[in-house]
Amino acid sequence: MAETVQFDLVSPERRLASLLVEQVQIPGADGDMVAMAGHAPTITTLRPGVLRIEGPDGLAEYVVTGGFAEITATSISVLAESAIARADVTQAHIDGMVKAAADALENAKTTFKNEPGPVDDAAKLLADMVAVGDHIGLTAR
Amino acid sequence: MPNLKDLKNRIASVKNTRKITKAMQMVSAAKLRRAQEAAEASRPYTERFNAVLGGLAAGVGGSDSAPKLLSGTGGDQTHLLVVMTAERGLCGGFNANISKLAKARVAELQAKGKTVKILTVGKKGRDSLKRELGQLFVGHVDLSEVKRLGYVDAQSIAKDVLARFDAGEFDVATIFYAKFVNVVSQIPTAQQIIPASFDAPEGGEGATTLYDYEPDEEAILADLLPRGVATQIFAALLENAASEQGARMSAMDNATRNAGEMIDKLTIEYNRSRQAVITNELIEIISGAEAL
Repeated sequence: MAETVQFDLVSPERRLASLLVEQVQIPGADGDMVAMAGHAPTITTLRPGVLRIEGPDGLAEYVVTGGFAEITATSISVLAESAIARADVTQAHIDGMVKAAADALENAKTTFKNEPGPVDDAAKLLADMVAVGDHIGLTAR
Repeated sequence: MPNLKDLKNRIASVKNTRKITKAMQMVSAAKLRRAQEAAEASRPYTERFNAVLGGLAAGVGGSDSAPKLLSGTGGDQTHLLVVMTAERGLCGGFNANISKLAKARVAELQAKGKTVKILTVGKKGRDSLKRELGQLFVGHVDLSEVKRLGYVDAQSIAKDVLARFDAGEFDVATIFYAKFVNVVSQIPTAQQIIPASFDAPEGGEGATTLYDYEPDEEAILADLLPRGVATQIFAALLENAASEQGARMSAMDNATRNAGEMIDKLTIEYNRSRQAVITNELIEIISGAEAL
């Protein structure tokens, strides 16, 4: 059996998971990464996406938005602003997140007319949200 | 001497009051437990978050490119005070203590010639500050509809504060809330959130670990600092909620005890006057019989 590593998933409201895992796939801001025991110490911010945890008890998936992950050789902690177990994600969640992102994009377009930076960021956020929805089979409307 | 009927009514009414305060105390005790659990549950996140952010800030803080949220705007002319109080009263000195601290800070800042702006969270603080400092108010956050404090509530306050910061409305932001120590003691606290200040990272293992950063340190810092503001506000809101219930619990405990004492006193008075009436009647009967 593969080596295991301590993994914690915490949101501001509670600790969602704390267990030994074999590997975790983290939706990093620059792309997904898989962390296993003995990973180089890394800190990465998260984009909205799906966190896949492969532990001795099988696979667990969470939809996370915002926050960061701290990876060391002996522990992985993901601090997400919001994290919902995939089974609990409903169409309403996705709709709400997509709508919030779309509003933010509109807002950014009007506030930062001459600065592409924030507008692009907001557009990327929206695209990420829609991608999350597609990934777990709930299409954004 | 008050007549018997009045005394009886009085005792009944104090007994009713005691029932109410007793009930409120028990409700607060239950709410306090829940508030404490919520505060406990948020602790791992807050601690981890601040540790990482503190480490990052220490690394980047010195450079000129450090984000404004960390290094400040360069001035400290305009102060924003975020005063967090309860939505409801009947909790002893809880609200008064927080507004007192805020008032003292306003006076201190104004004496130095600074501009002060106030954002209130919770109805009671707004009411108590309105008369003297109403002209300094820039906004109010209403949480009376909120049944259970969530991170989203903190996020919306943080969003408001950050929008004002980005618009250049203030240089320094401080939050006022009561730190929960135990049921009888809550300490009103002022905490500066912008520019962010961190406890110097202790020279433990955390400080010596060299991390790879993705995307890069500055981008992460820029992403995390606004979230840090929300996190701090959320932690303060939770502390405040626990403090409020603790304060209410001890206030209602006192009220219940006072009511009990009052009932005892009134009962003694009632018994005395009843005895006096009986004695009086007896004297009348005896002297009537003797006269025959």
